[in-house]
Amino acid sequence: MQINVFFDRENKEKTINLDLNSSVKDLLTKMNINPVTVIVSRDSNIITEDEKINDNDKIKLISVISGG
Amino acid sequence: MNCCNEKPIIELTAGEKLCKQHFTEYFENKVFKTITKFDLIGKEENLGVAVSGGKDSLTLLNILNKLSKQNPKIKLTAIAINEGIEGYRDKSLITAQNFCDKLNIKLNIYSYEKEFGMPLDNMLKVLDVKPCTICGIFRRYLLNKKSKELGFTKLATGHNLDDECQSIMMNQFKNNIHSSARLGPKVGINENKNFVQRIKPLYLCTEKEVTTYAFVNNILDNFIECPNIGKSYRAQIRDMLNDFEAKFPGTKYSIVNSFLQILPDLKQRFKDAEVNYCSNCNEPASKDKCNACKYVEKLNKAKNKPLIKIK
Repeated sequence: MQINVFFDRENKEKTINLDLNSSVKDLLTKMNINPVTVIVSRDSNIITEDEKINDNDKIKLISVISGG
Repeated sequence: MNCCNEKPIIELTAGEKLCKQHFTEYFENKVFKTITKFDLIGKEENLGVAVSGGKDSLTLLNILNKLSKQNPKIKLTAIAINEGIEGYRDKSLITAQNFCDKLNIKLNIYSYEKEFGMPLDNMLKVLDVKPCTICGIFRRYLLNKKSKELGFTKLATGHNLDDECQSIMMNQFKNNIHSSARLGPKVGINENKNFVQRIKPLYLCTEKEVTTYAFVNNILDNFIECPNIGKSYRAQIRDMLNDFEAKFPGTKYSIVNSFLQILPDLKQRFKDAEVNYCSNCNEPASKDKCNACKYVEKLNKAKNKPLIKIK
């Protein structure tokens, strides 16, 4: 399945291919992103790492790292 | 384990999963408990709150505003420093001003350009110095000086558990143990009128918790990062700690909690360090001149202009 992911820190949207029944944790692993450093939202709602992702979901990754 | 039937938004280090409402209550209670545990705020205060426009300081302001509403003798005023970093601080200060307006809290902004003669961006063009070094010296200097002028009894900052953890490890790795004696949830000597005590109510909150609170309470603005952060030693320590936290959850809490156990001994050991006063501006200094005045002299020499004196 294909997922659209917007990462605010990079200000970029990416399309990621994932296996069916993948979770948020699988997505972050595939993108090589440490789950400690982001919160993940779908339709403006935060979701946890074990949440399943659906085909054509629009996901936003919000960096938790301080701006400086 | 889930807190209720609502969808969880966060899994805490201990494994508990909380929904939006329960997380907000958990987070605010944690901050209030931190204030009580470390005796950070008295019944009557003229409390300054250092804001940058980022998630930490605005989250702090939001929670202290709730505290102030319940305790009208705790008066809040916000203070911000405009370092002069184009494309970054100018944007975050607009966010800070809008948020202060929303809460009806006065915001005082002081700039490096007005106080020290030029913005940070220009300082870095004329001096060969690490950005965070000179920026930190000038910011701490201005925050203390202006807090005194504004009559603050204490200054609250948005430092969180991650910030503290990074500072502890940086001091360990660089053998700066005397600097660690100046860490902790409450910093500065209460009896010394030349220092405004600084307090950190978010001391036990992780960066992820702060961001989550800011997001679900509509405090979070678009992510913007200081362009100088990538060059810093702190950023490398931060990444290392985050890698460790992912592999061994609870690492950051362990570092800060073990540090809190030795902090009284560190403060005792370094308490006799003498405080001098700058011969130029009379602010606290470790030697004859404070670091801020030394850097202003360097800047003026670099500009090849007569020395300006800090007012």
